[in-house]
Amino acid sequence: MHIIESGNVAAATGVKLSRAQVIAAYPITPQTPLTEKLSEFVESEEFDAQYIPVESEHSAMAVCIAASTAGARAFTATSANGLLYMSEQLHWAVGARLPLVMCVANRGIGAPWTVWNDQQDTMSQRDAGWIQIYANDHQQIIDSVIKAFLLAQTVSIPVMVCYDGYILSHTYMPFEQPDQDQVDSFLPPFAPKNFLDPENPGNFNPVTLPDVRPGVDGEIEPGYIEIRHNLHEDLRTTLDTYAAIDKEFEEQFGRGGNPLIEQYKCVDADFVAVCIGSLSYQLRDVIDLMRDDGVKIGVMSVQMYRPFPDEVIVAALADKKCAIVLEKALSYGNQGALYGDIKSALYNSDTKPHVHNYILGLGGREIKTQHLLDALTESCKSPETIGDTPRWIGLKL
Amino acid sequence: MRTDIIEIRWHGRGGQGAITAAKIVANGAFASGFKGVVMAPTFGTERRGAPVFVSLKISKNKIYDLSPITAPDMVVVLDHTLLDEVDVIAGLKENGLVILNAPKPLSEYSFGGAKIAVSDVTKHAVEAGLPPGIVNSGIIGAFSQATGLVNIDVMVTAIENEFTGKRPEMNSKAAKIVFENTAVGGYI
Repeated sequence: MHIIESGNVAAATGVKLSRAQVIAAYPITPQTPLTEKLSEFVESEEFDAQYIPVESEHSAMAVCIAASTAGARAFTATSANGLLYMSEQLHWAVGARLPLVMCVANRGIGAPWTVWNDQQDTMSQRDAGWIQIYANDHQQIIDSVIKAFLLAQTVSIPVMVCYDGYILSHTYMPFEQPDQDQVDSFLPPFAPKNFLDPENPGNFNPVTLPDVRPGVDGEIEPGYIEIRHNLHEDLRTTLDTYAAIDKEFEEQFGRGGNPLIEQYKCVDADFVAVCIGSLSYQLRDVIDLMRDDGVKIGVMSVQMYRPFPDEVIVAALADKKCAIVLEKALSYGNQGALYGDIKSALYNSDTKPHVHNYILGLGGREIKTQHLLDALTESCKSPETIGDTPRWIGLKL
Repeated sequence: MRTDIIEIRWHGRGGQGAITAAKIVANGAFASGFKGVVMAPTFGTERRGAPVFVSLKISKNKIYDLSPITAPDMVVVLDHTLLDEVDVIAGLKENGLVILNAPKPLSEYSFGGAKIAVSDVTKHAVEAGLPPGIVNSGIIGAFSQATGLVNIDVMVTAIENEFTGKRPEMNSKAAKIVFENTAVGGYI
């Protein structure tokens, strides 16, 4: 059934359909309506879950960690400084290999305070080890949440489902709401082999030593570096696992097919704009305008940012004249993080495009179609001469 | 730019229900075959009583650009006292339309050549049995009459679905009364 609702409600509906058992969250703009909706669902008894109000985001993640360790499907959501406040627990959740799912309504980080959209919050957590999936519209939000629960419990790694604050979180658009029966047959209950069980006492995440050592049963147990190596290896295979889950989802629901990247008019393109999130959809109209003028350009969004789908991205970009990376975040003092990742992925390619970097939309600065058109036109006119320094769009100095 | 998208800007005051009105029209439009519907409120700064606006874009095709409307095809004004505070016709396209809840007749208003539709929604809503000041259901009757984009019967269903448990019949009745009592002018 199609409904017209906000992106936050799309996320909440996905969580309800996924039968999360424990929700712990602290409200923060622009995530607040998502947690309000979930508490309404629980209060009205249409959603059988424990909603645990907490006094901070750090506690929200701590509750989710505890619930997941006890074998429950757990969910939280946040934005911006709330995400940073739980950062220590984010790293713990990954190291403990807990299949949590968290939505982040992307918002700029204070100081100075801003409640509006950019993507600095989740980009700043890219090295925590969480899987990061980004949605471009409401359909992708609800579908990604459902797929994220299956992915998380398949690979035992937590997943962030990220979507642009306000632009998606507070905007209303139609989306298909899957039937509960369909979701139930796609997503089996969470049934971990090892969980916190008073009947079967065990150690969880004890102190490791720099080297391996025998466990209680005399078997050699991995040390810290082995555990972290295995996390990395498992994240690398997550790319294929997610592609398989997406294929399964597509067979059942008829939607999907772009788990790692999504491309628009890229096949015959000389130039490709690359970005993350709803901006890629706004760019489609700009691409159409430029195509009308004979410029062979397309746009590609990175749907899964961590683990980084480098091979797929190289295959999509290696034969192009120029890749134009537009980012709502910045690795301060260097360049855009996505820009750096893409250049790094292309380094060993036999052919490689010029790569340009634009920074835009920080703190919700309106992204005007004309500005996008001007920037892309400039890049297409002088692919060789634009250097490595990020260029800023819409700056009023 | 795309010519298939109809852009409608809604002006109201915080708490007046402009978002709900735009959402109802979005539902009515979707049910009438406009598969592309995007409704975006003012982001982040709503305060009760302060002027707010809502962007509603509708099209037969999917809409990808979610940015706020700057050049609307039509504007809907829920409260005529906003005319002293807000330039409601800012960016209005040539041959644009202004739909206004106001107590005075059509001839009292002029918006630089734009087509105007006027109804005293505040009065008609009370006639329908609603408490004074509820205008976000009634204004939809004026929208339906002035634009012809969505049939009033479809709107009535959308209104009753939205106001389930909150006087659905009175709200839909307000829209029906306003539909019959909206004066629509021509281009000047």
